[in-house]
Amino acid sequence: MINPFAPIGRAVLAILAEIGRFSGFISRAVTACFTPPVFAGQFGRQCLQIGYFSLPVIGLTAVFIGAALALNIYVGGSRFNAEQFVPNIVVLGITRELGPVLAGLMLAGRVSAGIAAEIGTMRVTEQIDAMTTLSTDPFKFLIAPRLLAATLTLPVLVLVADIIGVMGGYAVATSTLDFNGATYLRNTFQFMEAEDVILGLIKAAVFGFIIAAVGAYQGFNSKGGALGVGRATTNAVVGSIVLILAVNYLITAFFVE
Amino acid sequence: MSTPKLQLKGIKKKLRGRQVLDGVDLSVDKGQSLVIIGGSGSGKSVTLKCVLGLMKPDAGQVLVDGADVTRMPEPVRARNMRKFGMLFQGGALFDSLSIWENIAFRLIYADGVSRKDARERAIETMRKVRLAPEFAEVRPIELSGGMQKRASLARAIIAKPDIIFFDEPTTGLDPITADAINDLIVEQTKELGCAAVSITHDMPSARKIADEVAMLYGGKIVWRGSASSIDHSGNEMVDQFVAGRAEGPIQAVV
Ligand SMILES: Nc1ncnc2c1ncn2[C@@H]1O[C@H](COP(=O)(O)OP(=O)(O)OP(=O)(O)O)[C@@H](O)[C@H]1O
Ligand SMILES: [Mg+2]
Repeated sequence: MINPFAPIGRAVLAILAEIGRFSGFISRAVTACFTPPVFAGQFGRQCLQIGYFSLPVIGLTAVFIGAALALNIYVGGSRFNAEQFVPNIVVLGITRELGPVLAGLMLAGRVSAGIAAEIGTMRVTEQIDAMTTLSTDPFKFLIAPRLLAATLTLPVLVLVADIIGVMGGYAVATSTLDFNGATYLRNTFQFMEAEDVILGLIKAAVFGFIIAAVGAYQGFNSKGGALGVGRATTNAVVGSIVLILAVNYLITAFFVE
Repeated sequence: MSTPKLQLKGIKKKLRGRQVLDGVDLSVDKGQSLVIIGGSGSGKSVTLKCVLGLMKPDAGQVLVDGADVTRMPEPVRARNMRKFGMLFQGGALFDSLSIWENIAFRLIYADGVSRKDARERAIETMRKVRLAPEFAEVRPIELSGGMQKRASLARAIIAKPDIIFFDEPTTGLDPITADAINDLIVEQTKELGCAAVSITHDMPSARKIADEVAMLYGGKIVWRGSASSIDHSGNEMVDQFVAGRAEGPIQAVV
């Protein structure tokens, strides 16, 4: 007789085992971030790679989302004569939610995939084994710099995205919706609260950590040549997106309490 | 009797449900060159990985200068790595770094040597393996297979290890380049006075670099003897391997 619960049990066990392996990986990676030796050059290179070179993607995303948001809020607001609240709601939506989430999702594609592919290729071509035999811990040399760089640069990127997003809304509001520029900006700043921005930046740091950790985990554990690296890359993107969205809800819910 | 430089005692390793290594015993003395032969998939690379700590054996000991490296705490084991040099089957050069940075990797990142001094030593080592200094700045991808092997060899010897491991150093090379690599291996290990453990299926290469030959089959060392005795080993499996026959006690897995 086939037990109908057996496959479910197996799946649950597999997921639990994966969570266990991922936690072990994370704790080793975080320890590597805070114990010498520190590879400052590698950290600097990753800050450039992850932070600086993501600016165009982030800027473009933010300006279009800010503009679209302003239009939608105007349409929605005008249904109950509340169209003057466009600046207030644009800044709230961008700083608390859309800035960090969209930046996180864009970088899940750009950065998480890049890290998984690079580390995965190093794994399947034995470069990681070679590094170990050269007395250098791959967690310190490869993973810690990426983890730190992503966690620290994502908040900066999101701050930039916040500013550009608000400017996108401003541009649309003043050009097509007859808002007065000075009033728009005054309303934005008067309504905006430090808490909104800080919540967004905390989210950004957490998302940065997720992006680098999932990418590195998938790459580090990839096996089986080009096929394996391809699978690791896909898993990194899907995994970090799902985790970002879930964690975003949890952080938001926690702060709304 | 002095302690061997490297000794494997009863190494066992199961992978994907198959007992790949089933009690491997081996020892290598200081300055000795041992070649391990064996068919594809017989576990030669796995043996090296167990020795290097890249895989954890299920049972058994790996003694380096008499100390068991499989049960050492991580920092001590990492320090022990300094005694080892390894040339990987595929070269395993870091493709994001230039040739000289590859060769000097250990000096720069593990030993804290300044980049300037490290570069000088890398170029000096390149000369030893007959790699022209003008290749110092290029990426590994721009070099031919034979030149990549030379660069990997330079990376393995730059820190003057006590034991060097070679995983199929001549596979994929033309016979002339292969012979040049063999010559370099012999020359450099003699110069360093280090022990060498090599894996190969290439019999001319084995004859050239080995003091002793050991044959791995069925997860165990089934024969060991001096390189000169390999043609009259009295062991059917060794005879079959040396002659390269498909018929015999060893069945090819295809
Ligand atoms: N990381 C691994 N995970 C699972 N199985 C492995 C792993 N590495 C090796 N094996 C298996 O162990 C066996 C021995 O592999 P190994 O690479 O040691 O062979 P080899 O003797 O070096 O062969 P070749 O001469 O072809 O390089 C093979 O059956 C292989 O499938
Ligand atoms: Mg092999």
